Formats: sequence, C-alpha cells, structure tokens
Amino acid sequence: MKNFCLEVWGDFACFTRPEMKVERVSYDVITPSSARAMFEAILWKPAIRWHVHKIEVLEPIRWINVRRNEVGAVISERNIKTAMNTGKGSLGLYVDDPKVRQQRAGLFLRDVKYRIHAGFEMTERAGAGDTPVKFAEMFERRAAKGQCFNQPYLGCREFAAGFRLVDAKEKLAHPISESRDLGWMLFDMDYSDTKDPKPLFFRAEMKDGVVDVPAFDSEEVRG
Amino acid sequence: MSNAIQNRYDFVLLFDVQDGNPNGDPDAGNLPRVDAETGKGLVTDVCLKRKVRNYVGLKHSEQPPYEIYIKEKAVLNKQHERAYVAIGAEDVLKDDKKRKGGDKVGEARDWMCANFYDVRTFGAVMSTGINCGQVRGPVQMTFARSIDPVVALEHSITRMAVATEAEAEKQDGDNRTMGRKFTVPYGLYAAHGFVSAPLAGQTGFSEDDLALLWESLNNMFEHDRSAARGMMATRNLVVFKHESNMGNAPAHELFERVQAKLKDGVTAPRSYTDYNVSVNPKNDLPNGVSILEV
Repeated sequence: MKNFCLEVWGDFACFTRPEMKVERVSYDVITPSSARAMFEAILWKPAIRWHVHKIEVLEPIRWINVRRNEVGAVISERNIKTAMNTGKGSLGLYVDDPKVRQQRAGLFLRDVKYRIHAGFEMTERAGAGDTPVKFAEMFERRAAKGQCFNQPYLGCREFAAGFRLVDAKEKLAHPISESRDLGWMLFDMDYSDTKDPKPLFFRAEMKDGVVDVPAFDSEEVRG
Repeated sequence: MSNAIQNRYDFVLLFDVQDGNPNGDPDAGNLPRVDAETGKGLVTDVCLKRKVRNYVGLKHSEQPPYEIYIKEKAVLNKQHERAYVAIGAEDVLKDDKKRKGGDKVGEARDWMCANFYDVRTFGAVMSTGINCGQVRGPVQMTFARSIDPVVALEHSITRMAVATEAEAEKQDGDNRTMGRKFTVPYGLYAAHGFVSAPLAGQTGFSEDDLALLWESLNNMFEHDRSAARGMMATRNLVVFKHESNMGNAPAHELFERVQAKLKDGVTAPRSYTDYNVSVNPKNDLPNGVSILEV
C-alpha cells in the first residue's frame, strides 16, 4: 500500500470526546477518524478505503474556551412529510425559543499543525476499471494543486484546515518533543452495520510527538 | 438539482465595527469575544451565518424557495400557515410505523433543500432515522478574527426608571438604575469562507443562490442595527473563483494574498482609513483562479 502524507493546520480544532459532547471538549490530538476524513475530503470513491498509519504533532498542544449559542433540536422528518402531503404547515425553528436554544461552552485546541500518514486499499465495490494507480495519481494530483471535494476541517466545519501534500523527498520538520499517554481515544466508527454504527477505540500514546495508529483489524482496536 | 454551481469559490470577508460589540461572549457577561492569548477579537461563524439568514429572510419575506429554517423569534407569525409545494405521496404517512432508511427520507431532504435557503446553503441536521441523516451545505465559514488586538471598553449607563414597585420604594422615588454595556472602539475583522461545488450539487445550491450569498455578505450589517452593535459594515469581500469544481489552488495560498496592514505611524486604529488593504499580487493569480467583483 502506497503511503501519502498530508500536512494540515488551522487556527482552531475540536476533536470532540464522545464522553463530553454536550459541552464539547476536544481530544489532545486529532483522531484517526478525523484524519481519515481529511483524505476523503480530497478524494474518495466507494472503491477505496483510507487508513491512517501515523500522526505527527507539529505544534504544542494549546487550548481555548469558547461559549456559543446553539440549537439543540433536529429537523423533524414527520413534520416535513406532513407539510409535503397536506400542502401546508409551519416548519421554522425559532432559535430564541428557550426550548431549543442552548448555550454551550467548548474547550477547543488552537494553532494546530499535524503531519498525517495514510494509505488506501481497494474495497469490494471497486469496478473493473478501478486500479490503485489511478486513485493514487488522482489523489496526488488533487492534493498537490490544493483541490478538494470540500475544504477539509479540523473536527468541526467551522474550523477549516489548510493542507498540502508532503513530498517524499523533502526535509521534514521535527514533531514536538513531548510524550504523553493520551488514554483511550476514538479510533473510528465501524459502519459495517449501517443502521447501527459502533465506535471503536484504541489506547493512544504520543511518543516524541508521534502517534502510531494501529490497523483497523488489529487487536489494539476495541469496540 | 441540475442547475447547481459548477465552480469552487473561496472568499475573504473584511468587516469592521466602531463603538459597538460585534459578538458578545456569554461566558464573559457579554463582553466582546477576545482571544485571551493574543488580544485579538473574535466573531463566531454562527454569528455571521445568523446575519446571512436574517438578510435573506428579510429580502424574500420568508417565501419559498428562500424560506429560512432557523429563525429568530422576532418574527412572531408562528401561527400562519403557508401552502407548500406538495409533491403528493399520501401513502407515506400510513406506511410509517417503523422508520426505515431510504423510504421517503431522500425525498423529504430534497424538498427541504428546494424550499429553504439556509438548508441548501449551510446544511442542516434532519432526524431521518438512519445514521447521521444530514445535509452538508456547500458554504462553510470560519471564526472571524481581528487584524490587530482590540480593547473592550466598559461603559456604565443609567436608566431614569425602575422595573418594579419595590425598587422604586427602596430608592424613595429616585428611580434610577445603572447598567453596563461593552464596546470595541474599533476593530477590523477577517473571516474566511469556502463554497464547495460538489456539495452544492447535493443540495441544489444555484448561481442565483450564490449571487444572493454575496449580496447578503455585503449588506448583512445594514439590516442588523441595534444599540449593542454600534457601526458595523462590510468593507471588502474578495472572492476567488476557481475554474474547476475541485479548485485550482490551495485556499490558504489565496487567502494569504489578502492583506490588511496598519498605515505607518498609526498605533491605535480608529477607522478603516487607518488600514492599507490590498490583494497581493493581484495580477499574478494561479492558473484557473480569478477574483470576482461582487
């Protein structure tokens, strides 16, 4: 499997811990699932599946606290259908309504920069004309030009990320010289049962700024 | 959804505030948001999107296809009922004991996109019964940040009346109350935004919708006057248009071209004229990228 490396950065980031998502608190570093989504924002087809191998942390881990007014409701599918069928109805959501308005604080990361190493494998949905070479070249072409399907982001869409393809030959800056046990961290969601996706976790450890990500099917990854 | 936009766009929005509070921080008693480490002011993405929604709602009086889903309560006509573009599928409701993915969810989602401007622009979360049924909108905005550090001033103000009888008695009829308000004397803020053509294809975000987005970004502060805001105005909207739908250059390289610098000798900016704003170098854009005058 060919390895690709992206350098990504941004002013803010929030890789929300699932145990603290009402008042969002970010993990210390980007999760493999969020890192995978960055590659998918540049190129993804049902024929391929991205796997993240390694995350290098290039900026010190720093925090910022932001509280925002948010809406705690979702659009009701039933109300839409009724309006569609009867031809009338009021569908707006009034954000000053105390029932739907929530003030939520968030503990976000700031000034982050990572180098993410990943590769892809072909899936069972690959067609006859789908070859790894084709997708590898497409990805490299797009990433080098700054092209993307949608702008990649650092956990939440408001935290847009800059990205660039790291050339295999270039001299790389050292990651931060810090080691810490990051504890159990979200690895990714298992979508094999699409109606009921299950989270997977792994024991993340940063050694001299580097987090090695185990393989999807290894025993380090637990459901 | 065939008339969706075909180009990617990245934009820089420069706006300023004079003697007002552009975005209060609920965590700090409504003080203007400030990045504590750098002293630079912040305005959240949701604050700016709110103003786009308000502008579009005002301009098109909440009529399809420009209805606004996420409203402010100020529009109190919750009672009114409006005819919708019915698409006719009455058996759906009867057959809805157990919601399954795929039945009519896609149709409902498309219908919402077709009728509501904010749903097809910014996206929305719909409870569809299948995992994370949601619409990702093509338009994505970031936190706006001031170019230079801002200072938040606190002003004490008085009111020549009291709210309750008890208060009046306590003051022996003097009837005065004190309040506080916060302002930023001056701040020039920059926000970055992205418009993804592939995502526009999924929600049907069209050229007309795009023109309306630029219009609302230019005019949104003109219809958001209040005692708290002071003077706010959009000063500059620089739109980079890519020839290709996936883009022709990295967004950060384009954004770096837009520079706002304090003029020589100015230490405390108090107006837009204290800044030199330029797009550098304007005539040397990457292949396939052009600057749109909007």
